[in-house]
Order: sequence, then C-alpha cells, then structure tokens
Amino acid sequence: MPPLIELRPEGLYCAAGDFHIDPWRPVPRAVLTHGHADHARSGSARYLAAAQGLGLLRHRLGADSPLEGLAYGERVALGDTVVSLHPAGHILGSAQVRIEHAGETWVVTGDYKRDPDPTCAPFELVPCDVLITEATFALPVYRWEPTESVARAILAWWDECARRRVPAVLFCYALGKAQRLLAELARVVERPVHLHGAMVPLVQVYRDAGIAMLPTLPVSDSARGRDFAGELVLAPPSAEGTPWMRRFRDASTAFASGWMRVRGNRRRRGHDRGFVLSDHADWPALVATARECGARRVLATHGSTDAYVAFLREQGIYAAPLRTEFGGEDSAHA
Amino acid sequence: MKAFAALYAGLDASTATRDKVAALAAYFRAAPAEDAAWALHFLSGERLKRTVGPAVLRELAVRASGYPAWLVEDSYAHVGDLAETITLLTRRCDDAVAADLPLHRWVAELRAVPALEPAQRDARILGWWAALDDGERYVLNKLLTGALRVGVSQRLVLQALAEASGLPADRLSQRLAGTWTPTADAWRRLLAPADVDDARSDQPYPFFLAAPMEDAPASLGPRAEWLAEWKWDGIRAQLIRRSGAVAVWSRGEERLDGRFPEIERAAAALPDGCVLDGEVLAWRDGAPLPFGLLQKRIGRLKPGVKTLADAPVAFLAYDLLEVDGADLRAMALAERRARLSALLAAAGDPFPVSPAVDGDDWPALAAARDSARARGTEGLMLKRLASPYQVGRKRGDWFKWKVDPLTVDAVLVYAQAGHGRRANLYTDYTFAVWQGDALVPVAKAYSGLDDAEIARLDRWIRAHTRERFGPVRSVDPVQVFELAFEGIQASGRHKAGVAVRFPRILRWREDKPAAEADRLETLQALAARIG
Repeated sequence: MPPLIELRPEGLYCAAGDFHIDPWRPVPRAVLTHGHADHARSGSARYLAAAQGLGLLRHRLGADSPLEGLAYGERVALGDTVVSLHPAGHILGSAQVRIEHAGETWVVTGDYKRDPDPTCAPFELVPCDVLITEATFALPVYRWEPTESVARAILAWWDECARRRVPAVLFCYALGKAQRLLAELARVVERPVHLHGAMVPLVQVYRDAGIAMLPTLPVSDSARGRDFAGELVLAPPSAEGTPWMRRFRDASTAFASGWMRVRGNRRRRGHDRGFVLSDHADWPALVATARECGARRVLATHGSTDAYVAFLREQGIYAAPLRTEFGGEDSAHA
Repeated sequence: MKAFAALYAGLDASTATRDKVAALAAYFRAAPAEDAAWALHFLSGERLKRTVGPAVLRELAVRASGYPAWLVEDSYAHVGDLAETITLLTRRCDDAVAADLPLHRWVAELRAVPALEPAQRDARILGWWAALDDGERYVLNKLLTGALRVGVSQRLVLQALAEASGLPADRLSQRLAGTWTPTADAWRRLLAPADVDDARSDQPYPFFLAAPMEDAPASLGPRAEWLAEWKWDGIRAQLIRRSGAVAVWSRGEERLDGRFPEIERAAAALPDGCVLDGEVLAWRDGAPLPFGLLQKRIGRLKPGVKTLADAPVAFLAYDLLEVDGADLRAMALAERRARLSALLAAAGDPFPVSPAVDGDDWPALAAARDSARARGTEGLMLKRLASPYQVGRKRGDWFKWKVDPLTVDAVLVYAQAGHGRRANLYTDYTFAVWQGDALVPVAKAYSGLDDAEIARLDRWIRAHTRERFGPVRSVDPVQVFELAFEGIQASGRHKAGVAVRFPRILRWREDKPAAEADRLETLQALAARIG
C-alpha cells in the first residue's frame, strides 16, 4: 500500500483525498499551511486554508482566488480522508494539516514554532501516527531566548540609536516577522515605527485581523529629506543596498532572524546587530514535538534534516528525510 | 570578566570604527592596570599558552550538553568555531552563583589549568560553563581555545590607547614594540607621561612597511627622488647591537636569537648602540637561495653544522635606525643610507648593503623589474630618498613594486568551512591539477573571491558534494580557478612533488572545462626552471 502522503513532482500529495499540500506547481486542489511564497503558490484550481489566514492569502494569490476557509479544528471530508487544520504558531493563519484515513492519522506541520506569538494562535500539539515536519533549525545550537528579552534588546538598540541621533534600520521578513516585531514591541514601548512599502499592505492585513501593533508610518509618505534620526525603520532584506536606503544616512542596521544565533552569519551580513528571532521551531521544540505527538514515523523536510533524523533514530523514533522544494538553508524568512 | 566580555560583545557587534575605538578607550580608562594589560595583550592577537586541548573541550561539551559526540561535531561543522559551538550548546545554570572575577584573576585560573589532574580540570571547566552567562562563557572559551579574533586591528587598539592616555600613537607603538609582558607595571610604563625616558635595551623600533604600487611609477614624480632596490624574499628583520649584546627581531616582532648564529657572530663587529633594518636571506655566493631553505632555518633554534652548510644565511642591510644610541629615524633615507655604508665599512663590512638598482628613468627600472624573478627576487622596492623611517604601513614614501605572479588553472577538489566571519561557509579550498587521468592536489587557497562569489560557490559545493571527511567535503571536479602564486619549488613533502608559495585565487574560470586545467608536468617544469 502506498503511503498516505507521497512526494510528487508538483509537491506533497495525498491520493486517498486527491489533494496536494503547499504544491509548487498548479494542481486541482491545494491545502495550504500558510501564506509564505514558498508554500502558497498561485495557479491551482481550488485552495483550502485556515479561515484566519484567508486575508493574507487573498493578498498573496489575488482577491478573487478560489479560496475556501476552514476554522481551526473543523473537520471536512476530502475523498476518502477527513482533513482538519490546527494552529501552527508560525504566522497569522498558519496551520498544520491533519489527515485521517483508514484508521491512520498523519500530520503535516508546515512551518511552525512553539514560542508564544501575539500575532497568531498558539501551536497545538496534534497526536498522530506519522509526522511530516519542517527541520529548518534542526541543530542543537539553535535555541531561542524568550521573545520578551529579544524585544528588550531591540528596544535598547533603538534607544542607543536615539542617543546617537542615527536612524535604526531593522531588516526582517515582510510577512510574519515584521508584524510579530511590531506586536512584541507594543508590549514594551509606545512609539511609531516607519515601514518599507513592501510591508505596508501586510501590516494592514494583520490590523484588519485585530492584531495590536505599534502605530506605523509608510516611509514613502514622509517628506523628502526627512530626518529619521532616532527612529525605527522596518525593511525587508531585499531593500538592503538599494537606493531606497540612501535616505537613512549613517543608519545603524540590524537583522532579525534565527540565523543570527551564529556569529559567522551575523558578521557576514555586515549589520551592526543581529537579533535572534525566528518563526520556526528551535531544536528543543523540534525534538519535543516529534516525541510528544506520539508518531511512530517522522519525516523531516527542509533544513538540517540529517542530524535531526539521526538524533531521533537514536531516541528510538523512526525518522527519515523527505526532499521538498520548500525554502532550504538560505530561506530568507527563517 | 563581565566588563571585558561586554567590551568584546560591543566590539563584535559594531561595524563602525569610531564606535570600536570609543568602546576600547572607555575600557582602557576604567579597567584596573592589571586587567587593562591583559586586555591589551589579547586584543593584540596574543593568546595564552595552551591551557587544554580541543579534544578535551569537545568531550566536556558532550558531557555538559548531554548530546551525542557526533551531534556536537555536526554542530561544530555548522558553526565553524569550537569556542562558539560550546557556548551555544551549553547554558548557565540558574542556581549557579559566581563572583565576577577580574580579567587578570581569570587569566591566573586559566594558566593553572594545565597543572590540574584531569578530573579536577574537567570539574573546574564544567563549573565555569555552568556559572557564566553567554557572553562571558564565549570569551572564556575563546581564551581556552586560542586567540580572541574580535576583528580590531592593532592600529585601532593603538588609536584607542592614544585616546585614553593622551599619548601619541607612535610613542605607544614604540613602547609596545618587541616583547611586551602584560603586567600592571608594564601597563603603567606604557602610559607613563611622554617625557619619561623609555630605555629598553633589546627592543626594536616599530617597522616601517611599504605599500603596494597601485599606479604607474611615473605617478611618483622624478626618478631621481627615489631609491630602487630589489624586493628580497626573506625575513624582514632588525639587528640590534646595544649594551654589548646582539638581538635579532623579525617583522612580526618575534625574537630570532639563536637561529642565525652566523649573523649574530658578524654583528659583534658593529659598534655598540646601533640598529640596522634589513632582510635575512638564505644566501650563497652573493645570490639568494629559495625561501624554502630559509624556512628550514626559522624553526631550528641551534642549527647543526650540516644545516648551516646546506642553508647558509646572510643579513642584507637596508637602513640604519640608530647610531651611538641616537634615533636616526627622522633623518632622510639618503642620509641614513650614507651613514649605513660608512658604518659598515668602518666595521670591516660584516654585512652587505642591499644594492641600489640602476636605471636612469622609470622605463629602465621597469625593464630591470622584468629580470627580478630570474634573480630570485620578488620585484622592486621604491623608497623616497627624502623619507623618514615611519611607523607601520603608510602610503606615500615606500612602495613595493612586485613582478606579476605566476599562475595556474586548477580544479576545485575539496572544500572546508572557514572560521570567524566565514564560519559555516565553504571558503577553504583545495585545488588540483592533472597527472594523467588523476587530479593531484597542489594548493590550498582561502582568498581571492568576493562575498557574492563565495556565497555562490558555497551553494554549489553543498549541492555537488561527493563525500564528507569530517569537516571536509570532496566535490565534483568541475570548477576551474586561476590561481596566482609567488614562487614554486620541488618538495618531497607534497604529494605533487612541488610546493607553491602564497597561492590565492585570481579568478573563477567558469568558461573553462576541468579537462583543460593545467597538468602537473607544467608545474614541475616551472619549478625546475625558477625554483
């Protein structure tokens, strides 16, 4: 009997339910875990996703995309399977996909994290027989500090920039990380933040979903020659080194990502600061999830799958790598 | 240690020079003398004598983290730095209480480690890891494993010292030249007021270094204002004859005493109170021998008769920095050279003077430069006749005008992750040339690609790995690189039978298939011709 979910050229496929999960080519029916570009691609005939993520997906895939929303935990029959979506804690509306078929339960985590995040529903541990999990940061050197201490470190850097009268430009992924930063900072400070144009509509989607964040001002609305000294500016990594940066003369720059945990990555980026903040599971979370979900088989996708798989096997959990086309080692939004 | 760890973190976090200088100066002002002395020592790239081997640290990392040894190794391969890997794999225990020992007390603790019984040593290191926070643990591990490598240059450190003390940087550099022992007394002497005399009888002057020529020599003005010499391929050194003794210092400001007895003997003929700048060369019958022969001498403290006969050395004098105990460095080079010749003649010519290269105009010198390699030299040195002897590498008065390097097209066969800024990127490459149908490694190179090329090659290496040997990957033999090198000679220690000097990557030859890379015979012929 073929496995319930298999890897096809167009992506993860469930034959019993005749649907794909986060396919990278157009298919008749796609179940989406979340709205990042390497997971939500356009062109499929029908999409099913968590109701809380529909706003983002409409923004990403087009307002008239054939999207269908499902509440977290709501069960729906697809072919011979019963499918439900459960919070993944990655970004707004992110979901794990639970598939039940012939007495067997599979869970595809998509991208997930177990740290608290004010912008999305917290990760839910879903018991299963087979777990298909991400493994982006699957080495024990990747262990996240409490988000609040990271937010305070960012605030301290911002204050220092204010003292030195220079702009503070913080690079981070435009979807998820930027909104999480704005929400986390709102807990410790009350000042407006300037946004790169690519982030403006995405922040609006989060505001429409009722997420409390710091007030934001599009940089493009600022008068020519405005002085940004002492102010915080959020920008996507793609803005680095572009003419857009010229208006922030003498800026102190920083980058917020899980990769910043390693000094070589920090120094190579050439920023003044690297803040360790990720929307992915760290090593302790990856190991805990594999153990706690009770799966007898764990399949690991994108990341340092080799070490993770070998470690789980030593722990008595049958594990194997699964080669997907999701963002790998260089994934920008990690 | 908290203050020093905070300084380290501040230096590491900043990319702006003025912030680094400010952080250093603030530390130097606030730290007690014995801590400041050690901080300066470490920031100058000095390390403690081996405290504990990396194998022990790895084993302790396994114990402290609870992870299997292979996972600690995988983590190390990913991070690229043992001290950092251990820091990331261990964590402070919340109930561990530790007093904040000052830096010099930590140094004493670390220096005591080699004398401990293994069990005691292990318990102590594990205890430190459990008691220190991330920043301190990282600095401690750096000191345990070697140098700090925090990315501040000696120039920056001097600038900060000058800012903190109000003394001129050149004076500080002078006081730091040679052996500087990190003690509270040495720190106080270093920062003593400028009018305090610094008589240190065996210490060298800071070396004046030449800058590479970047423009055509005509940009230097009239030829008549310049002295041209061969650029000799040896060890730059100062010969110090003071208080009846002789000291030899390398450009790296290490003492070479005992290694070159023939030079020390000859130096006895020099009058007391003089300092010569020059080059130590392997030398026979008035001509240089390959650098490899000199290398045999560098490591040998008391060379035997055979070594002395096989690899004779000479000191070729460039400059005169001190006579009768008086500092001549402010004098014009032309005047110093005249006094140098007179002094050596009066002493019975114990050493030859590096001769001036003739040539009436720049084109004539360019033609002379073309013959440099045949003469066993690396090119020409151009020194302004009116120049004083300055400190460090300052552009304007002294230039090195090297011959174009030799080149070879070689195939990338192995890659290893780098360290520091290049940790967890594959940046240390091994290159091979063809011998029949086989590729024979001939050179390792670490530099020459820009960041974008390094990143692209790193991705390619990861996608085209054949085998892994610990941290090293063998890759598909596809990528061809043009390598430059300064010299080549036959070598019994290398598998290929030849050894190249200063190999570096000139360009990535994506246009060239691997089959068209150079053959070993070509290199062997080159070695036979010029080695």
